[in-house]
Amino acid sequence: MSRKLLLEHINVPGIAGLDVYRQKGGYRAVEKALKTLTPDEVVEEVKKSGLRGRGGAGFPTGMKWSFLAKPEGVPRYLVCNADESEPGTFKDRYLMTHIPHALIEGMIVSSYALGAKASYIYVRGEMMPQIRILEKAIAEARNAGFLGKNILGTGYELELYVQPGGGAYICGEETALLESLEGKRGNPRIKPPFPAIAGLYGCPTVVNNVESIAATVPIINDGGEEYAKIGIGRSTGTKLISASGNLARPGVYEIELGLPVEEFIYSDEYCGGIANGKRLKATVAGGSSVPILPANLTLKLANGEPRLMSYESLSEGGFATGTMLGSGGFIAFDEDQCIVRNTWNFSRFYHHESCGQCSPCREGTGWLEKVLHRLEYGHGKMSDIDLLVDVARKIEGNTICPLGDAAAWPVGSAIRHFRDEFEWHVKEPVKSQTQNYGLADYAKPIEKTAEVKAAE
Amino acid sequence: MLKVEEHSPVEFSADLIGRFDEIIARYPGGKQKSALLPILHLVQAELGWLSTTAMDKVAAYLQIRPIEVYEVASFYTMYFLKPQGKFMLEVCRTGPCCLVGAEKILDHLETRLGVKEGEVTPDGLFSFRGVECLAACGYGPVLQIGPEYTFYENLTTESVDQLIEDLKKKS
Ligand SMILES: Cc1cc2nc3c(=O)[nH]c(=O)nc-3n(C[C@H](O)[C@H](O)[C@H](O)COP(=O)(O)O)c2cc1C
Ligand code: SF4
Ligand code: FES
Repeated sequence: MSRKLLLEHINVPGIAGLDVYRQKGGYRAVEKALKTLTPDEVVEEVKKSGLRGRGGAGFPTGMKWSFLAKPEGVPRYLVCNADESEPGTFKDRYLMTHIPHALIEGMIVSSYALGAKASYIYVRGEMMPQIRILEKAIAEARNAGFLGKNILGTGYELELYVQPGGGAYICGEETALLESLEGKRGNPRIKPPFPAIAGLYGCPTVVNNVESIAATVPIINDGGEEYAKIGIGRSTGTKLISASGNLARPGVYEIELGLPVEEFIYSDEYCGGIANGKRLKATVAGGSSVPILPANLTLKLANGEPRLMSYESLSEGGFATGTMLGSGGFIAFDEDQCIVRNTWNFSRFYHHESCGQCSPCREGTGWLEKVLHRLEYGHGKMSDIDLLVDVARKIEGNTICPLGDAAAWPVGSAIRHFRDEFEWHVKEPVKSQTQNYGLADYAKPIEKTAEVKAAE
Repeated sequence: MLKVEEHSPVEFSADLIGRFDEIIARYPGGKQKSALLPILHLVQAELGWLSTTAMDKVAAYLQIRPIEVYEVASFYTMYFLKPQGKFMLEVCRTGPCCLVGAEKILDHLETRLGVKEGEVTPDGLFSFRGVECLAACGYGPVLQIGPEYTFYENLTTESVDQLIEDLKKKS
């Protein structure tokens, strides 16, 4: 069994309530931080831990905190990103539902480190039940003296508020989230300035994912160095993985970073293999925005070594043969799934969710959706495949926020690895409507050198 | 384009206004516009949708221009700018849920309810639509019903039929 830092007590009855949470050692991190550490020392522990942002980008949390501007007399804010809308990702919802005090405790510790006196948890609007759960947890924490004025007699004061979103994936992007929190449309801001300088209401602001904030609790309890001992290389600590698709046991798992992908998929401790005894065809390892990989490149690197669940190993080989850990939304496709259909589905998602500010994204995502739709429904031409690659390239890097890239990557990677399946849809417009292309060679062991060369 | 139906007068109860004020108090002075999204949720939960009259009243209460409310209400997918069925069944239609049968659930709802996506059944009880990922991908297919946003997971055509019957009884 691997170490659990966030979900260790998840199955304890009543852990969603303050009393049981405290019996299991909850709020020790608040006591320790507020009573024995200065805010800068808390930042230092988080730096030492090597924790990287769990929202998708993987930026070191301690470093991000140290960029926060601290002008005299200007309030600073911590905003928790609980917008969780990246397809394939449902870990934050899980954590907030079952162990809400882990987030509340993390918010107090983190707000203290940053010198925030009012902090907001921006929760996607559809999570009304979770919003209720968090509000209840906040009320409990306040009654116990962990929130409000003069917390635990230390003189530190903090208020926590829960803010619902309105149903828009783009509000997960941190500057769109801040716009939304100010009561506006979720249009991402042009950067710079970064939120660390001018964020919420123009004040210095840190935006962090739910899981990143919750992870500060074990970091403060055990020390940053202890946390950094878990994991592998620059991928320290544990990570929540949301596993979905055709798996025997989908769900949320806490893994130690560095776990072999094969073990994650097939062992009974985790996903228990592919559902219904089928074979694995492909995976999207880190939420819909990251490149899709065929089964063989999911399990092994291009040089034949096992691929691991870590930031580095998943991105090994760049976009030619690798992908990204992203938000940890792990989606498995079995041999009966159609890659063209899924790619079309994802492009519809991005088109629907584009805020419309930049033309490459607004128009490009529409083109991707339209062309993929005709390929999927048997009206495509061979030239459509290159057209898709071309449109995807023209979106990439030419937009205000990374949603454009997130829309382009799944398309580019699907064609890179599954081009024969796209071509089959053109060559067999009738058959492809009732049959599936199947597993083909996607699970075949990799011809090492040939594959690496071809990819370059 | 913003489309709003004909509207009738709207009164906010004292209780509702009290809840507006509670929300406004969460933000620094002068930043009451931050309360817009939460307040629109409250108003929609009360009225079922957001009419122009309702939005104008919200604008007046928050001391912002009506257009600032319209542009927000039309940007976010959770706000309804026309009346819906009493129960709006929102089924996730994104990739991971489709791997486990979400499209079948949507097709089934269309047949079963006898209306197309976005329409209201003649008895005024039901509407349905496909929505994007609801952050419950491991438990798909899933649907939610506002304004409480109750979740129904691991759906089958049978469990959907059962749900519709239960909702009919409840209404
Ligand atoms: C289109 C888009 C959607 C995003 N959605 C989320 C999200 O739902 N949750 C999240 O934590 N981060 C999301 N992010 C990343 C945030 O912008 C930001 O990097 C993150 O919240 C920072 O927190 P972290 O450093 O703790 O990861 C999204 C980014 C983009 C471009
Ligand atoms: S890339 Fe897309 S989502 Fe991002 S700002 Fe531009 S139009 Fe909006
Ligand atoms: S894909 Fe349906 S809940 Fe995420």
